Amino acid sequence: MELLDASLLGWSRAQFAMTAMYHWLFVPLTLGLGVIMAVMETFYLTTGKEEWKKATKFWMTLFGVNFAIGVATGIILEFEFGTNWSNYSWFVGDIFGAPLAIEGILAFFMEATFISIMFFGWNKVGKKFHLASTWLTVSGATLSALWILVANAWMQYPVGMEFNPSMTRNEMINFWSILLSPVAINKFLHTVTSGWVLGSLFVIGISSWYLIKKREIEFALRSMKVAAIFGIVATVLIIVTGDGSAYHVSQRQPMKLAAMEGLYKGKTHNDLVAFGILDPDKKEYNDDKDPYLFKMNIPIPGMLSYLAYRDGNAFVPGIKDIIDGGYQVKHAGEKGIALSFAEKHERGKKAIEALSAYQKDINAQDTTDANIQKAELKKNYPYFGYGYLDKPNELIPNVPLTFYSFHLMVMLGMYFLALFIVVLFFIYRKNIQRQKWLLWISLFTIPLGYLAGELGWVVAEVGRQPWAIQDVLPVQAALSNISANSVKITFFLFLILFTALLVAEIRIMLKQIKKGSESETNL
Amino acid sequence: MITYSILQHYWWLIISLLGGILTFLLFIQGGQSMIFSLAKTEDERRLIINILGRKWEFTFTTLVTFGGAVFASFPLFYSTSFGGAYWVWMIILFCFVMQAVAYEFQRKPGNVFGKNTYRTFLFINGLLGSFLLGAAIATFFTGSDFNVNKANITSSIQPVISSWGNPWHGLEALLDVRNWLLGLAVFFLARTQAVLYFINRLDNEVLEKRSHKFLWYNAIPFLIFFLTFVIWTLLGKGFAIDPLTNSVSLEPYKYLHNFLEMPVVLILFLLGVVGVLWGIIGTVLSVQFKSGIWYTGIGTILAVCSLLLIVGFNNTSFYPSSSDLQSSLTIFNASSSRFTLTVMSYVSILIPFVLGYIFYTWHIMEKKRTDIADVNGDDHAY
Ligand code: HDD
Ligand code: HEM
Ligand code: HEM
Repeated sequence: MELLDASLLGWSRAQFAMTAMYHWLFVPLTLGLGVIMAVMETFYLTTGKEEWKKATKFWMTLFGVNFAIGVATGIILEFEFGTNWSNYSWFVGDIFGAPLAIEGILAFFMEATFISIMFFGWNKVGKKFHLASTWLTVSGATLSALWILVANAWMQYPVGMEFNPSMTRNEMINFWSILLSPVAINKFLHTVTSGWVLGSLFVIGISSWYLIKKREIEFALRSMKVAAIFGIVATVLIIVTGDGSAYHVSQRQPMKLAAMEGLYKGKTHNDLVAFGILDPDKKEYNDDKDPYLFKMNIPIPGMLSYLAYRDGNAFVPGIKDIIDGGYQVKHAGEKGIALSFAEKHERGKKAIEALSAYQKDINAQDTTDANIQKAELKKNYPYFGYGYLDKPNELIPNVPLTFYSFHLMVMLGMYFLALFIVVLFFIYRKNIQRQKWLLWISLFTIPLGYLAGELGWVVAEVGRQPWAIQDVLPVQAALSNISANSVKITFFLFLILFTALLVAEIRIMLKQIKKGSESETNL
Repeated sequence: MITYSILQHYWWLIISLLGGILTFLLFIQGGQSMIFSLAKTEDERRLIINILGRKWEFTFTTLVTFGGAVFASFPLFYSTSFGGAYWVWMIILFCFVMQAVAYEFQRKPGNVFGKNTYRTFLFINGLLGSFLLGAAIATFFTGSDFNVNKANITSSIQPVISSWGNPWHGLEALLDVRNWLLGLAVFFLARTQAVLYFINRLDNEVLEKRSHKFLWYNAIPFLIFFLTFVIWTLLGKGFAIDPLTNSVSLEPYKYLHNFLEMPVVLILFLLGVVGVLWGIIGTVLSVQFKSGIWYTGIGTILAVCSLLLIVGFNNTSFYPSSSDLQSSLTIFNASSSRFTLTVMSYVSILIPFVLGYIFYTWHIMEKKRTDIADVNGDDHAY
């Protein structure tokens, strides 16, 4: 038997992160561009203008190229929970498997079926039916996002479950509380709208290029207008739901919040960091060294306290506080005085030992002691995962990565809003063609849209380390029993394949864009 | 009163049905394995790629859904098999990743690697995808080398529940002739069905003629491999559960007994075999007979589904461990909780609705057979 080693954990995480981040390069465009082209097709139907059809078809071609590689990168993720996180898959599969199955049955088939009508049905079905198919394709994509995000939100905030000691697993006891968990709903809205933002940036950027080249002016302006309005709506939503995300993080994952803000020592009336540079020399969470080399706060006092707890006076715990415990807890989940890491670790150990004793009792048919152990397990179960950790340091995610990713994402969000407004302003002034600077900026903002989304996931996923399931299962106990070398090989195989496909995808897209909307065929 | 056991059987039935549908849909893979042989000119290749390309997502999505459905209903299988037979599944996934971009990219300008690279991707997916999936299903009958111990979760050094017994992680299945037999049977079945699909969908004399010839080359090996596998399996030992002690042991003629003790399943199986043969023989006998794919397709679904039923029902272990019999997975010890199975059963009520819109759209998109003019006239053609 191969021993679980540290590099297995590292490679498994790297593989999951790499494949998920690749998937996320394509999914948001599917979500955003999908809505935009469906809106355009709706205009085609209501106005009967051929120009709208031409625009729809042009964006649809790009959608198709992107969709194919999105699907290609998705399948590996679906199975990776089993191949690389097999312990996880048993331990919470009873809950986590359901949304994945529902996603397949309800969402993926809808997408796969109606996309073929969308692409091949222009001359085979009526206009209305075609439009319905386009909307159904987009809805299918959005539904698949819903189910996978319900699954992801559940890892961050496990609800609706109960541990079953005789099966050694967590079992679902309430489906609706998983589906309607506030974290899940907020996550869904924030993530889907981030796709809409990207879709808008993409359409505006490419249209700008046409304007710079003085080609297809009419088509470009038409597309730009739709995208700018949609973009403003989406960015407002993303800021609102982004605030919601941060609120939920502070309620359920205070350590993630502390990492996002680089907050080591908490206080009441805590201010929000607008921008900062962390000191790379800060080595220990308790060395009393100032974590910042430079920091600029938002000039509204108590802003962080307010955003996190809806109360400007609230105490926001820092990393050191969370490890040392002893403060008055305000967030959901715990109540009263916060426990220290040492105490949680103790309770987690007790839970694990009680489980072990329980199973021995059952084998020995000692029901009296089994019941005692079961009660002990139940009492300590909220800290089960802490039993697998040894040192308080293991509880701290990568602070700089989380911190910078978060702040950059928020800044980008504000910048996108400004950009959309300026673009729309010049469209109404009817002289956007002459604002060369703005067109160039719009073009070069496309990659920033991708960046913002990836950063968001880095905040969410790196920030929750070491937990695969918050407080219940750390990543090192979630692994499969395979050799680090196997994972290393598959990591590189997928990296090479995905990179090659990405290069091809980008070049195909560029060719299609160069060709423009005029030519009807692919060749 | 719906008991836990009924739910477990119901979900195994759904998994079996999905397995059957997936095997039918592998005709896409079968077709892909012939783009360089059946089709000779560029027009012929385009034609074939286009009629396959409008359906490939169904196979792919069924595979994805199969993964999700076993995860939700039999999570211990999902975790043991995927995490254990790592290499087999990774190779399967790898060649499905290659497939997913190939149709869309192959003829697009600027695709970097050129048309033939993507077509080779399709070919590899056709070859390995169908063969390896078949071989993986065969291990349901032949067993795998793994060990499951749930108490391990409390171990502080190595808290893993399922472990594979050898470093080949699934590739060792290729040492067993029976796995090869089913793998090859599925491969040739996929090709046989593809030929029937071409005959049904294509409006092209040359290809139709050639398809008739290819039917022979593929149907005969399919029958040989399939019948050898089935006879060997029915006459061999199976993994039986003692319903009183839940212990698993090897029992002679287990699968044969399962057929005899569940006559309905036996009838389904025989109907399936008849359907498969009907489609093939009908096509061989008459050039006018073009609906062979439907007979063979439905036959495939029934036959595969009933084979999966005899491996899961009637106190049989559906994912046996050959190295540690008591670790074997059964529909009882590997399933989700009663609550989850109930929730998922409500979801399953929507499946007929999904099938309904799939058939409806298939119907309206396939009113007439395809020729090269249709492909050239379609601005989204692959
Ligand atoms: C275009 C992309 C984009 C933009 C401009 C923003 N976000 Fe975002 N953000 C995402 C794209 C994203 C995402 C990719 O959708 C994430 C990753 C995981 C998730 O739930 O959504 C995310 C996660 C995420 C999280 C972590 C959630 C968690 O850990 O579960 C927080 C706290 C925020 N966002 C907050 C914000 C705020 C306050 C923004 C202000 C403008 C903002 N985001 C803009
Ligand atoms: C598609 C968007 C996503 C991106 C870009 C993304 C990104 C990441 C990253 C960067 C990591 C590595 C964190 C680390 O190891 O430090 C990670 C880990 C992980 N994510 Fe995600 N994630 C995404 C979606 C999801 C979803 C929807 C789920 C669950 C349904 C999920 C489950 C996991 C798991 C199981 C791990 C491995 C364990 C771990 O390292 O935490 N991810 N992801
Ligand atoms: C934020 C997280 C995610 C979202 C919003 C999302 C959404 C989507 C969307 C819209 C598609 C359609 C194809 C495309 O990309 O163009 C897709 C495909 C796919 N996704 Fe994801 N996904 C996410 C993460 C994941 C994860 C973690 C998994 C693994 C469980 C996964 C599995 C898949 C699969 C298997 C496909 C291809 C299926 C098909 O369409 O036939 N996705 N996903």
